Amino acid sequence: MEDTIAAIATALGEGGIGIIRISGENSKSVLKKIFKPANPASLENRKMAYGNIVDPTTGKIVDEVLCVYMKSPKTYTMEDVVEINCHGGMVPLRKTLELVLSNGARIAEPGEFTKRAFLNGRLDLSQAEAVIDLIKAKTYRTFDVALNQLEGVFSGTIKEIRKKLVDILVNLTVNIDYPDEDIEQITYEKLGLDLSNVLDDIEKLLSSADTGRIIREGLAVSIIGKPNVGKSSLMNSLLKETRAIVTEIPGTTRDTIEENISIKGIPVKLTDTAGIRETSDVIEKIGIEKSKESFNQADLVIFILDSSRELEDEDLEIMDLINPEKTIILLNKIDLIQKIKKEEILEKMPGVTLIETSMAKRMGIDEIEKKIVDLVYGGKISQNNNVMVTNVRHKDILEKSRQSISDAINMVNLHEALEFIEIDVNSAYESLGEIIGETVQDDIINEVFARFCLGK
Amino acid sequence: MGSYDVIVVGAGHAGCEAALASARMGNKTLLFSINLEAIAMMPCNPSIGGTGKGHLVREIDALGGEMGKNIDKTFIQSRMLNTAKGPAVHSLRAQADKHQYHTEMKKTIEKQENLDVKQAEVTDLIIEDGQVKGVVTMTHTYYEAKAVILATGTFLKGKIFIGDSAYSSGPNGLAPSIELAENLKKYGMNLRRFKTGTPARALASTFDYSKMTEQKGDEKIVPFSFMNDKLDKNQISCWLTYTNENTHKVIRNNFHRSALFGGQIEGIGPRYCPSIEDKINRFADKERHQTFIEPEGLDTEEMYIQGMSSSLPEDVQEAFYHTIPGLENIIITRPAYAIEYDCINPLSLKPNLETRDIKNLFCAGQFNGSSGYEEAAAQGLMAGINAALAINGKEPFVLDRSEAYIGVLIDDLVTKGTNEPYRIMTSRAEYRLVLRQDNADLRLTEKSYRLGLADEERYSKYLDKKKKVDEERTRLESTYVYPGDANDFLEGLGSSPLKNRATLAELLKRPEVTYENLKEIDKDREELSSHAINQLEVQIKYEGYISKQLTQIERFKKLENKALDENFDYEEIEGLRLEAIQKLNQIKPRSVGQASRISGVSPADINVILVYLEKMRRKKQ
Repeated sequence: MEDTIAAIATALGEGGIGIIRISGENSKSVLKKIFKPANPASLENRKMAYGNIVDPTTGKIVDEVLCVYMKSPKTYTMEDVVEINCHGGMVPLRKTLELVLSNGARIAEPGEFTKRAFLNGRLDLSQAEAVIDLIKAKTYRTFDVALNQLEGVFSGTIKEIRKKLVDILVNLTVNIDYPDEDIEQITYEKLGLDLSNVLDDIEKLLSSADTGRIIREGLAVSIIGKPNVGKSSLMNSLLKETRAIVTEIPGTTRDTIEENISIKGIPVKLTDTAGIRETSDVIEKIGIEKSKESFNQADLVIFILDSSRELEDEDLEIMDLINPEKTIILLNKIDLIQKIKKEEILEKMPGVTLIETSMAKRMGIDEIEKKIVDLVYGGKISQNNNVMVTNVRHKDILEKSRQSISDAINMVNLHEALEFIEIDVNSAYESLGEIIGETVQDDIINEVFARFCLGK
Repeated sequence: MGSYDVIVVGAGHAGCEAALASARMGNKTLLFSINLEAIAMMPCNPSIGGTGKGHLVREIDALGGEMGKNIDKTFIQSRMLNTAKGPAVHSLRAQADKHQYHTEMKKTIEKQENLDVKQAEVTDLIIEDGQVKGVVTMTHTYYEAKAVILATGTFLKGKIFIGDSAYSSGPNGLAPSIELAENLKKYGMNLRRFKTGTPARALASTFDYSKMTEQKGDEKIVPFSFMNDKLDKNQISCWLTYTNENTHKVIRNNFHRSALFGGQIEGIGPRYCPSIEDKINRFADKERHQTFIEPEGLDTEEMYIQGMSSSLPEDVQEAFYHTIPGLENIIITRPAYAIEYDCINPLSLKPNLETRDIKNLFCAGQFNGSSGYEEAAAQGLMAGINAALAINGKEPFVLDRSEAYIGVLIDDLVTKGTNEPYRIMTSRAEYRLVLRQDNADLRLTEKSYRLGLADEERYSKYLDKKKKVDEERTRLESTYVYPGDANDFLEGLGSSPLKNRATLAELLKRPEVTYENLKEIDKDREELSSHAINQLEVQIKYEGYISKQLTQIERFKKLENKALDENFDYEEIEGLRLEAIQKLNQIKPRSVGQASRISGVSPADINVILVYLEKMRRKKQ
């Protein structure tokens, strides 16, 4: 018996529709929990059903959808499969996926549908290699993400929570396995306090990583360049073009401005960084640091050059810092006399996307927008993609851990036997370990012997 | 001199179970011991069972082994531990009369059909074409065998340490086995050194019991063996006392004289039973350490000083023991010592405990890197069964982690390996709620009967219990009571009254209700045995948790049942990481499940193996 998996099956971004695919024994029951069909008699095998996705806890309608249930074995994975055609837009799509995950499915690993299809005998032999590649790719990708997050606050917090859980588990274990030893007896009161503490931590993490933060925040685009190259004009052009200003938040520093807009349906967070030469030396350093940070956090960097001025050291310095894979260089002011040649830039940064624009004449704006859309759909900006998948996974795990811990607290309140409580605490501990790639089982037993003096 | 089906080398707890199992399965068996007075000897603590270990004894019994029956015959105190906790971790422990334990086991072995026992030191194996063919003893006597089981315990190149003296010896002053170790190495066996220790023994009449706390046995004795419904016996007490700052000072001042810190001992000792000097060194801020004073038997004056093993010189031992309240004037009869011995790396064993390199050579007990009588007996039993199966051309008998603690123990040893003498713990079992000591018979008797090991009597007892429990459960689940009949009873217990009808089983789920007090509103029911009542209560009260775990087990079994060829070369699978290939080729797992537990094999590697297996399956079609 395999567990039931789910994922967004369509490309990310604002397509006409987005499809969530669910596969496994519980597919239908998961759907039933969150889908209110217009005609209650529908949901027959292989028949499209129309209705709403409704959050069972709040009763709120999340999206208007078409669903199809396909009974095994004649499906892609040869398991029961459900597909939910969401009504477009990433927010409802993500929200629907979250509901699927909190109602009995878990997020699929990359390539897992295909793997199942193969293992269940569906794909032909020639595709086996492709499956292995997928699995391998998955390992590397996971590794990348793990590395990135290793430095992050997020994994640090997870480690802290797990440390607290180790303390609890070690105490449970030693109390269960060494009843005759001269050790401090665990009390339900202390256990309840310790677990509530962990629950608080998880709640905090969840609220910060809550509901599709990335989607709400959108694709992070950082606009950089020297003063007067046309950063503000670009910002305004994009804003005017789209007329879709969501909010206007003053930046965290006095020089940074953030705007949330939507470009052809893709939510975008524009950040206008401080011009590098605007201030004296000390501040300049801070400015460069600030910009660096901004490049690193951004999914896309738009670097603007004033083509009517010669390239300066500062420009070259920036070009050294940015990753051509996720950069668009604008050669602005092409309506004036040209001092910078296109070839010059391409020689320094081969493969970079370069667009000639004139903000004053409103030239090239369409092309910028098109490039942004291409980058998102063409997968060049894989980082954003990664963060998002990982976050859904993290959220899924965090929510399941929260459930385990609150189950454990309930049992503590009922003064249930320790070994039952241990099951839930341990399952939270193991799940959280998956986030940071630590799932060694023996570490609890090792800790028991390191911390307690036990002897026959 | 003689030809046997199975020869067992060593008659400790592993060897005895191995020999009995093989003989009971109809094979001509020979059991060797360096000294017949060492049969089923308990060279360390005088007790059987405890957390995890008690579970093992129950399982050994359910499989038709001898340890449970033997301790039931010879115990002098019995306690069910952990009763304040849930049923999954209740653990039985009994103090044994050591001498009686030995003599009773010796009698059983002597009387066993198909089983010969011989005092001799085995010094070599006969190996032809990668297969074991017999053994050679010290006196150059040859014995032929189709299979050999090594259960050498701590005898193999045994070396005892007390202070700065070290000498070659087996446990308890018995002769060690030196030559065999050299010969095993010659055959390419991967031997290493482990260490363990035992505390001093002292005369019962020299303790001051007024300074210690008495620890009595349970009033209601629960037998180890499922064959015994009831046991009655006068029980002997144990005594509890503690070390103090003086004790620690004496020990600290003499750290330099301990063999342990002097660097003489190369073997790795277990962290869970450290010597007292180790405890004081590692847990410096602990103000006191407890010690139980336990009788070694009824016909001896010797007492065992639990928790106080040491390799300090005898004068230091006497000095620190004398600082402990109640022990001020004790006369020591046997000093504490540390013992170092040769054992194999269990990663070179298959899950049926056969060595991977030499066919029909099986290994069991402390020789495999475990510690404890119960762990040894469990492996002995499994090695005996599997040797018998192998020479009769039958499939191995392997218990998985969801079936028995025995499965957990052996899988841990042969899949994960161990860096110290391995001790079972309930925490090592993922499916602890299902692997209870109360249901070991329900889990294992059927299997044992099919092997021809459990006899008719045991089998019919099991069938009877199972039938009664099942029938009664069905009755409880289908018999309704109504508010008018039940509410007086419930209010009397402080339990909330019924609004609608409910089944008896639903009532039994309430914490206040027991099968016993339920009789008040269920007067006409049949009487059941205490084993059966216990079983019913656990099954019904914990149904929710248990069924959750059963679902996990189903998932676990899926990978466990995907067999892997033990001769397979993992280099052939494209896409596996190098580390995984090396580990897989070293351990040669028998199932994908086992492969997934090998350290260094990642979930992605398992996926690659699964895809490969499917590819091969289709190519065959």
